[in-house]
Amino acid sequence: MSVITEKTDLSLKYISHFNEAKELLFADSPDVLNQHRKMAFQDFVMQGIPTRKNENYKYTNLQPKFLPDFKFLHKNEETDASLAEIFSCNVPQLNTHLTLLFNGWFYQKNTKSGKLPEGAILESLEKVAKNNPGILQKYYAKIAETGADPLVAFNTAMAKDGYFLYIPKNVIVEDPIQIINMLKSDKDTFSTQRNLVIIEQGASAKLIICDHTLDLNQYVNNSVTEIFIAENANFDYYTVQNQHNSTTSINSVFVQQEKNSNITTHTVSLHGGLIRNNLKILINGGNAEANMYGMAFLDKNQHIDNFTQVIHAKPHCRSNQIYKYVLDDKSTGAFSGKIHVVRDAQKTNAFQRNNNLLLTDTATMQTKPQLVIDADDVKCSHGATVGQMDEQAMFYLRTRGVDEEKARMIMMNAFAHEVVQQIKVETLRERIDELIEKRLRGEVARCHDCSYNCDC
Amino acid sequence: MLTIKNLYVSVDGQEILKGINLEVKPGEVHAIMGPNGSGKSTLANVLVGKEEYEVTEGEITYMGEDLLEKSPEDRAKEGIFLSFQYPVEIPGVPMVNFLKTAVNEHRKHRGEKELNAGEFLKLMREKMDLVDMHPTLANRSVNEGFSGGEKKKNEIFQMALLEPKLAVLDETDSGLDIDALKTVAHGVNALKTKDNATIVVTHYQRLLEYIVPDFVHVLYDGRIVKSAGKELAFELEEKGYDWIKKEN
Repeated sequence: MSVITEKTDLSLKYISHFNEAKELLFADSPDVLNQHRKMAFQDFVMQGIPTRKNENYKYTNLQPKFLPDFKFLHKNEETDASLAEIFSCNVPQLNTHLTLLFNGWFYQKNTKSGKLPEGAILESLEKVAKNNPGILQKYYAKIAETGADPLVAFNTAMAKDGYFLYIPKNVIVEDPIQIINMLKSDKDTFSTQRNLVIIEQGASAKLIICDHTLDLNQYVNNSVTEIFIAENANFDYYTVQNQHNSTTSINSVFVQQEKNSNITTHTVSLHGGLIRNNLKILINGGNAEANMYGMAFLDKNQHIDNFTQVIHAKPHCRSNQIYKYVLDDKSTGAFSGKIHVVRDAQKTNAFQRNNNLLLTDTATMQTKPQLVIDADDVKCSHGATVGQMDEQAMFYLRTRGVDEEKARMIMMNAFAHEVVQQIKVETLRERIDELIEKRLRGEVARCHDCSYNCDC
Repeated sequence: MLTIKNLYVSVDGQEILKGINLEVKPGEVHAIMGPNGSGKSTLANVLVGKEEYEVTEGEITYMGEDLLEKSPEDRAKEGIFLSFQYPVEIPGVPMVNFLKTAVNEHRKHRGEKELNAGEFLKLMREKMDLVDMHPTLANRSVNEGFSGGEKKKNEIFQMALLEPKLAVLDETDSGLDIDALKTVAHGVNALKTKDNATIVVTHYQRLLEYIVPDFVHVLYDGRIVKSAGKELAFELEEKGYDWIKKEN
């Protein structure tokens, strides 16, 4: 009984956060954001902070991560971090359009996205909501369902800022666009970030998101991103998660794609205390393709959960998912992948695979594929493996003079290779290779000169 | 170079080798023949340090040192090479990367400068020619999707790169057509010097027409039951192994 009360208390705490912030949120925000708050808040109240009784959070216990007394940021705070400090860090130098966000807020001193082609916009969501609400009216909160996930509901209730990316019709952005999400605060902090991406007809872009932390405070980052991809458009969406063991990252991405469009998502989880990635793709037009790749590296007590859903709503489409985990120490991983082929989505070709490498007897992995097929002329397959290092292969490498430690590294890199090779931006691919190598060696793949101790 | 004394080896509690004695000197080629299940592959694998093979008695001395104490990688770096009967496919590990690492580990061990990418590629091309291996194979993952013949050529190619003192060829002829067999044998012979030695493990005599042994040993039920010159191989070919089985 006491347990239930405790959980209710936790939800109540977040309910009262909203109630306290309500006035400020409403007073200070444009209508296009405000109009969804009340409904979303009700959805949150109905669901509360998820417990493991929630089927979708069966393998991920968020409760303890939500216990600390966090500071909430309902207003943009001046950030004193110098760009020089950030760039002296080991952040990928990708020769890209680079933009920063601090604790979910678009950094005001970002240089204008001048390098972007004409008509393309990369801007603060809040600013666009104030200055150009028309475009948000059409897209904002349209696919991020608040009734199905309490954290999406909480995000929609609290949302103030994030990034807004717009690529107009037939515009091809060659260079990748890079956004760095920094968590940086003087206290334990709860950040809410809300993003919107619109890729118009025939347009094409690549977006790289890097999640970083600059200090050792505890964080919960609750982020929601909606992505709309119009006919004949292409979008590559890369996420590199490299935080520390006291961060909790809930990252919900909703995609709707139209006819002949293509999306490729890559989620590389290198470091984080608890990471939950929700990815839901609605294939809403014929001949479209969705590729979803994920790599997760875990050690100590880390937990990473990728929760994917693909809905094939139209015929002649393809979806392809490969998720791979390397789990060390007492880490725990989860993968749930649902493929839903609706009644008329004939000639669907849907594929899903999850491979996991356990390096210790104490690491655990939960994997749950789920196929719901309501059409009769489809090709769907799924597979999952949980295994240990291939000892035959290890021995083969060693008989050629490669020592055990190096052979292990080679094997782990090989395991990751299948996913890494799908990264189309060459500099990013090389960078990821390097980060993975450092990660597997147990080195901190971060600022050389900062005093991070990632045993935290 | 290599001295095996009274070697007993068990796998999963089952005794496979029951008192092997063998002496190999630099420049010699030894053939180990015998029917299936006689322990030939066990002997080959125990030389390179496969963990599942438990040495219960006896000793192996290599270059004056106790071999059994050394790890597989140290044995390799000190010059022992096994051409596997069934080379392992390792998806995701490009041949080039793996072999560059292997070659440089050997060089480091000998106190030589490591090769850079350009130097290594040059060396690699040269050695691939020796076994007539298609250069594109180097860009593939280790043995992945290689035909049986390509896998065996790949073993000899690696041998050429690593230049072992003692090469052990485990059923290198199995699965090869006559042309591939000649190519492989040519590679092995080209690598022969007065300072290195070869142990050829084979079921059939046909490989020994191309790699001519100085000594032929017949392994049966975990023991060497007969040793003689190369003429023994021809005798076995003629009479079959039943002749040996009857005598024992």
